[in-house]
Amino acid sequence: MFEREILETVIPRLADGFVVTLEIFFLTLLISLPAGLLLSFGSMSKFKPLKYVVKTLVAVIRGTPLVLQLIVIFYGPGLLATWAQGIEISNFFIEWMSSWHVMDRFVAVIVSFSLNYACYFSEIYRGGIESISKGQYEACQVLGMTKTQAFFKVVLMQVVKRILPPMSNEIITLVKDTSLARVISIYELIWAGEVFIKLNGLLWPLLATGIFYLAFNGLLTVIFGKIEKKLDYYKT
Amino acid sequence: MSILEVKDLKKSFGKTEVLKGVSFTLEEGEVLSIIGSSGSGKTTILRCINQLETADSGYINVAGNVFFDEKIKKESAAEKRKRQLLVGLVFQDFHLFPQYNVLDNVTLAAKLLAKEREDYKHNKKQIIAEIEEKAKVLLGKVGLLEKISNYPCELSGGQKQRVSIARALIMEPKVLFFDEPTSALDPELTGEILKVIKGLAEENVTMVIVTHEMSFAKAVSSKVIFMDDGVIEESGTPEEVFDNPKSERTKAFISKFED
Ligand SMILES: Nc1ncnc2c1ncn2[C@@H]1O[C@H](COP(=O)(O)OP(=O)(O)O)[C@@H](O)[C@H]1O
Ligand SMILES: [Mg+2]
Repeated sequence: MFEREILETVIPRLADGFVVTLEIFFLTLLISLPAGLLLSFGSMSKFKPLKYVVKTLVAVIRGTPLVLQLIVIFYGPGLLATWAQGIEISNFFIEWMSSWHVMDRFVAVIVSFSLNYACYFSEIYRGGIESISKGQYEACQVLGMTKTQAFFKVVLMQVVKRILPPMSNEIITLVKDTSLARVISIYELIWAGEVFIKLNGLLWPLLATGIFYLAFNGLLTVIFGKIEKKLDYYKT
Repeated sequence: MSILEVKDLKKSFGKTEVLKGVSFTLEEGEVLSIIGSSGSGKTTILRCINQLETADSGYINVAGNVFFDEKIKKESAAEKRKRQLLVGLVFQDFHLFPQYNVLDNVTLAAKLLAKEREDYKHNKKQIIAEIEEKAKVLLGKVGLLEKISNYPCELSGGQKQRVSIARALIMEPKVLFFDEPTSALDPELTGEILKVIKGLAEENVTMVIVTHEMSFAKAVSSKVIFMDDGVIEESGTPEEVFDNPKSERTKAFISKFED
């Protein structure tokens, strides 16, 4: 049924889509892993205003769908600009806002995904950090370590061990969530497969995308399993 | 001059006054035991001196350094840390670092501190070797040389506590504090810890020990303090406090431990 030529066009198209999927995945991780740590520090801050701003942000992001955030971040600046242009009063801020443009699609995807995942990660980090007993910090202090040394030399490794299972779950979810980018017309893997239904009436390329997701998540599962095993040499 | 001086130390948690004015001194090479029932404020004294709690009022001086003075309010983290190295604290429940083996538990803080030395870059290898050598000597002293590459989860409670003693000793504190070092251990394991502390006393290590081991306290101490409800009810030599207590409360407390 499927001829060689079709196969030869399908595979490269899927591969193109997969590359975009991978770009979204890695860029999101690159930004959200450290950003989540900063947010978790914010949510544990003794400075109340910061703490509540961060906690509110995290609650809003976790309480609304990623698709909605994606749409708001993509169209939002443009809509605000239109609104600002129609406003009578004029000050510096309104003028600045009038000059906003619709965001670049890909940038909008990376911004919304990174924000979304940073918030989820921050909660995992916070849980991990708060699960370390006060005694560990006190032992460090009494031995003359600085707070920074205590965190990076003693606490962090224990946190990593604790958070690895929830983090790997979240990261595997991210692989699948990349497909949401198509709602603002990002040509990612699912889109690449779906094209062939409209174009040639072929269903199998779309189904074949599943294999990419499966293989990639399988690889991630193996890697996380290996790391967990590596950290298994001690118990807390 | 006394190596440790505590004057009129007061500390409240919320509305409860836990220390109601505690004063004592300790000379270099002496061993002080603090006894008293649970909740009388023994741990809080150690925590205030070791800068884990901030006293409300009073005065603390260790080896000529003012640790706490109600008149001095603001100070940098660096100053606090510099003083921290003059004291050492062994916790009731060890607080070893689970991800490091025995040797690394002992050397970690010393290695981090050594990085601040001016000659660290030039003599890095030698400095690290010296620290590890020192750790091995200390681990030999507490009888744990064969356990050097084991992780805390592979040790008994008594072994963990001995590691934590070596970990405190490597920083060479002027005064070493113990907060009920045997209370988290099975009774058959307390002996090994008490033996180590006795050995340190024989080497004239200045120590303050909170303990419920009365015969041990009597044997090892130069001075004993009996704490009761946030005040020093009685203090003196072990003979005075254990054999001829003046206060009724001291008598009642000590008689609980006689069989
Ligand atoms: N961080 C704290 N917050 C509130 N109360 C505390 C705190 N630490 C100790 N206390 C209270 O102070 C009292 C004395 O405690 P502690 O010094 O631990 O006594 P001890 O070591 O003699 O058993 C106890 O009643 C205890 O509940
Ligand atoms: Mg106590």
